[in-house]
Amino acid sequence: MSLDALENYYDLDDIISTNEKIPCKIEIPIYRLGYLDSSSVNEHLTPGSKLEFPFWMARSLCSRKRHMVSVEMPKQYREAYREILTADASVVDLHKLGPYYFSFGIHMLKFELPESPDVAKILVKSFQQRFRKVMDSSQNCYNEDTSKLTDKLDESEILLFRAGQHGLNEFVRWETRQTEKLTTSEMVKNHRKRKRAIMEDIG
Amino acid sequence: MLAERALELIRELQRSLDGTLPPFNEDKVRQVLEEMRALFEQNQKDVSATVAGESGLFSGVQLRHAALERNKRCLLAYIYNRIQKIRDMRWEFGSVLPQDIKYNLSEQEVQWFNKYNKCLANYMRSIGGTGGLDLTQDMKPPKTLYIEVRCLVDHGEFETHDGNIVVLKKNSQHFLLRSECEHLIRQGILEHMVH
Repeated sequence: MSLDALENYYDLDDIISTNEKIPCKIEIPIYRLGYLDSSSVNEHLTPGSKLEFPFWMARSLCSRKRHMVSVEMPKQYREAYREILTADASVVDLHKLGPYYFSFGIHMLKFELPESPDVAKILVKSFQQRFRKVMDSSQNCYNEDTSKLTDKLDESEILLFRAGQHGLNEFVRWETRQTEKLTTSEMVKNHRKRKRAIMEDIG
Repeated sequence: MLAERALELIRELQRSLDGTLPPFNEDKVRQVLEEMRALFEQNQKDVSATVAGESGLFSGVQLRHAALERNKRCLLAYIYNRIQKIRDMRWEFGSVLPQDIKYNLSEQEVQWFNKYNKCLANYMRSIGGTGGLDLTQDMKPPKTLYIEVRCLVDHGEFETHDGNIVVLKKNSQHFLLRSECEHLIRQGILEHMVH
């Protein structure tokens, strides 16, 4: 996945992030699809019943033109969480709230709910605040274990972090004149490692 | 929930690391296609019922249609991303894939790989004068014509362009034309010695 691939039809991360669940309320009866609601034995989905739909399904049932279900903001974007993010965004564990907190949040804005403007604002603000830290840590952590630094990051922040690390590593390699050395391709190396692991399992 | 299986395919692909390709999950692809057929048939039934005068079925049709589109997206993304990976492998491993990777490809993917190989070879022959131009070479700008290399594995005999035969034995060192041994370095058989 690359950074510019967000919202690409074939992008794996985008497909996974559009599967996040949203609380929905049925507005008009949907016949013969009662099995989608595991908490009821009804054959149909009846108006007023509440259930969770993945984003892609809710999106096709709720838009300006259609109103078969009504959509609510998932709780990690509601007032309480927005306040936490306003207080200090850089300590919040977005991986736990997401892990696609930003990209899913952007998708949620398409529903044009009353609180959408606030959510949009908080997404930008927290991204700005956290970006400083992400960039700083990615540029200053060389040859160390990075899992502590990335475990609270959202998926898109992890991509940024990796990009920064890649840049840093390439720069150090250039500085120490290692770039002229021909090396084994990374893919071949990984393939070898894996093969060895399998061989050892058998033996 | 609908389209759950298709998502499993996507997750499976996403989990796989660089340099590996999970086996083509024919079984699950078939299950997704079956789900799609069921959805489509139900939709057809509802549409003809609506034409016959029944009302209120539109919402169900819309929901199923969304699930169909979703399944389609997942399947296409699954195939597309695998092909992308296979294409990258052509540049890293060379024109012959390792046996265990080839084993994980579907029949159509093997066909695609062979065609891609042929296309690339034809193109490389057609450019750069009479001898053609090997695009997989000199991925980094070359500094010298000859380089010093050390063998990492026993590879056997290697015939250079001028007809000499070099025995590539583990830990032996050689002074070879860069253009001839670059791909052996990429594949981890030789190590480039820099002083």
